[in-house]
Parts: sequence; C-alpha cells; structure tokens
Amino acid sequence: MWPIFHKFGSPPWLYAIAGAILRWLLPITLLALVTGMVWGLLFTPSENVQGNSYRIIYIHVPAAVVALAGYYVMALAGAVSLIWRMKMADVAMKAAAPVGAALTFVALFTGAIWGKPTWGTWWVWDARITSMLILLFLYLGVVALYEAFDNKEAAGKACAVLSLVGMVNIPIIYKSVDWWYSLHQGASIKFTGETSIHPSMLYPLLLMIAAFYALFTCALLLNMRAELLQREQRTQWVQKLLSKDVVN
Amino acid sequence: MTPPGAVQFCIRLLRRQLLLAVRRPLEIGNPLLFFAMVVALFPLGLGPTPETLAGFAPGVLWITALLSNLLTSDAVFRSDFEDGSLEQLLLAPQPLFMSVLAYIGAHWLTTGLLLAAVSPVFALMLNLPAQAIVALVASLLIGTALLSLIGGIGAALTVGLKRGGMLISLLILPLYMPVLIFGSAAVQAAVGGFPVGPYLAILGAMLCLAIALAPLAMAAGLRISIDA
Repeated sequence: MWPIFHKFGSPPWLYAIAGAILRWLLPITLLALVTGMVWGLLFTPSENVQGNSYRIIYIHVPAAVVALAGYYVMALAGAVSLIWRMKMADVAMKAAAPVGAALTFVALFTGAIWGKPTWGTWWVWDARITSMLILLFLYLGVVALYEAFDNKEAAGKACAVLSLVGMVNIPIIYKSVDWWYSLHQGASIKFTGETSIHPSMLYPLLLMIAAFYALFTCALLLNMRAELLQREQRTQWVQKLLSKDVVN
Repeated sequence: MTPPGAVQFCIRLLRRQLLLAVRRPLEIGNPLLFFAMVVALFPLGLGPTPETLAGFAPGVLWITALLSNLLTSDAVFRSDFEDGSLEQLLLAPQPLFMSVLAYIGAHWLTTGLLLAAVSPVFALMLNLPAQAIVALVASLLIGTALLSLIGGIGAALTVGLKRGGMLISLLILPLYMPVLIFGSAAVQAAVGGFPVGPYLAILGAMLCLAIALAPLAMAAGLRISIDA
C-alpha cells in the first residue's frame, strides 16, 4: 500500500494518471449524459399530475445528490491532507469546492424552475431547499477562505478544518431545517423498502445520477490538473510539459 | 517551579481575559449598545403597531443577539495574536483545548450572558408576551454560548488575515443557522403556550457537542494561523 501512497504525493504522477483517467472517463461521461438525457426527456412516460414538467427531475435530482456527495469528497480530502499532510489531497479539496458549489447552484436553479409550474412559486423556505442553500453557503465559504490566504499551504489547512466543521454540521443543519418546515416531497428512491417511482422513470434517473457522478469526477480531475500546473509552474516537469505542448 | 495544571491554567487565563475586559468597560458595552440599536431599527422598518412587533419579536431578538455575537467573535483572539501572546500560548505545555475554552468562556461571559440579562427590557419594548420572557432568557443563555463556540472557530481560522471581518461572517453564519432555528422556536413556543423544554434540551445537546468538538477545530485553526 505504501508505494502507491507515496506516488499520490508526486504531482507529475498524479497529473499523468488524472490525464489517463480522463481520456476514457470523459467520453463515457458524455455518452451517459446524452443517453440519460434523451431517454429521460423523450422516451419516458409523462407523469399523471405534473405532465411533462416533471422531466427536470433528470437534472435536478442528480445535481442535488452529487452536490451533497461532493461535500463529503471535499471534507474527506481535507481530512486526509490534515492527517497525512498529503499535498495532493489538498489539491483535490481545493478543486472540489467550486465544482460542488456549481452543482448545488444547478440543483437550486432547476428546483426553482420546477417549483414554478408545480407549486406555483419560484422559491419556498422548505427544509431541503433551505439546507441546499446553506450547503451552497458552506461551499462558498471554503472558496472565500482559500482566496483570503496569501500562504496557500495555510489556506489548504484552514479550508480543511472548515470543511470538516461543516461536515459535522451538515446532518445537524439538515435535521434542524427538516424539523423546522417541510414541503418538499420525501425521498422516492430508498435502498431499503419500496421505491415509489415507476421503473420506466427510475432507470434513466439512475443513469443520470451515475452520469453526474462521472461528470463530477471529470470536473474534479480537470480542476486538479489545472491546480497542479499552477502550483508547480516553476518545476522542471511543468516547464518540460509546456514547452513540449508549444513545440507540437 | 512546576507549571500549573490544565484546569488551573484555564482558570488563570479566564481571569486574565475577564480582567482585560473589565479594564475596558466601554468595550463590554458596545455589543449591548449594538443590540439596542438594531432592535430599534425593526419598529422603524416593520411599523410600530404592537401586534406586528409581538409577532416578529422572537425572531428579531434572536437575530439581533446573533449579530452582536458575530461582530464580537472576530476580536476574540485578535489582540493576543497581534502582541504575540497567542504564540506563547501555543508553546505552553498546557493543552490548547482548555486554553481556547477559557477564551470562549470569557467571550460568553462578557457578551452572551449580558445580552441574555438585558434581553427582557428589549422584549418588553417589542411587546413580546410576558410568558415568553423566561424562555427568551433561557434560550439566549444556552444559545449564545453555542454561538460563541462556533464563532471562535471562525475567529481562529481568520485571525491571521488582515481583512477577517467580512470573511468570518461568511464562514460562520451558515453554522449559526441551526442555533437560530431552535432558539427562536423556543421563544415562539412559549408565546403560543407550548412546552419549551424540548427546544432547550436540543440547544443543550448541541452545546455539549460544541464544547467537545469546537475547541479541537479552534486549536487547529490557531495553529494554522500562527504558522501562516
């Protein structure tokens, strides 16, 4: 296990491996996204009550699911960088924050568009919506804190602490707003018990969720590669890489 | 000479912080003055009819207390960071966990406790029903301690930055939200004649969790800020 652990600490290795993963993950992601989108938007039956407007579920739910998961990715990467002083985990944490924030925004935005025809309003102070809004604030807080530090090493550590504090808080925030006021429907897809969504609608949704996970990974890796180049811009391997690109 | 133990050290630090605060009585007054002024803004903005004010009073009082706590949080570690005594504290053999608790304790005693103590006056000015005043004071006593602990995390993370003021609000306001929800809900329950105990119990549980975990985050934050 240790050799691989050390390799993760090597920026050129990580840069190369991220590139290799992206080479096949990006096409798969695009394929899954297009398939899921076409399937969900064109080939699923329309819903009894909501008609066609429910179809935004194929963007809204995956974005929300991955936005939440992304926070845990960020916080765990932060924990790894704090505990094992692994610089590359720090890069991952920094790269995850804007991606997660963007997904949270997409979830809120599509939710608003969906809310207008179904609930008759763009925005309600419902528990899930409010906790997603707070999640967006938590992400933006991490981004803002990182930018405020001149010393980027300290910035990474401070953001790691902040995201861990946020991780402890997310269940509390979620439960407190849930208890506070709830209008949003409950979870339809459950790992245990009956799933209350018809298979013809469920399968494209699951495909879209998988596609969004892949999309998140792609965005994370692309972001990490950019961050690596920026951090290591004075090192030989980056110089060599860049000069090679110019020559080609 | 043997160094003092952790608890003794913590008590001495607390006394030092309180002594520093008492030497500048006007600075203790500032958050209270802020509290009074912001409370005065609401009737001007929402309209002075007693019914309107009574409806908004629980939320108004809680949000105002939260804001005055937020504004004072920024300064918890700042002066000791600037004169270098924080660095000495980090080098001390006593655990930082207890030391930061002393700072937060002093902060709460000089802001939260006093805010809770004067809150009945403003509650009456905002026409809050009398039966809710005990709930207001009790929820503020527990809630402001919780706010001080959370605010301390933001303060520890931003103490080394030149422009920390705005940033600390962005970091800790999202974390304040559960406290606000349960705090104002306790007061609202008292207004409606419902039992207040459950809300206070949840606030108390969150306080226990925060006492156990927040000092860890603060200690880590201070070490990062000093290193930077």
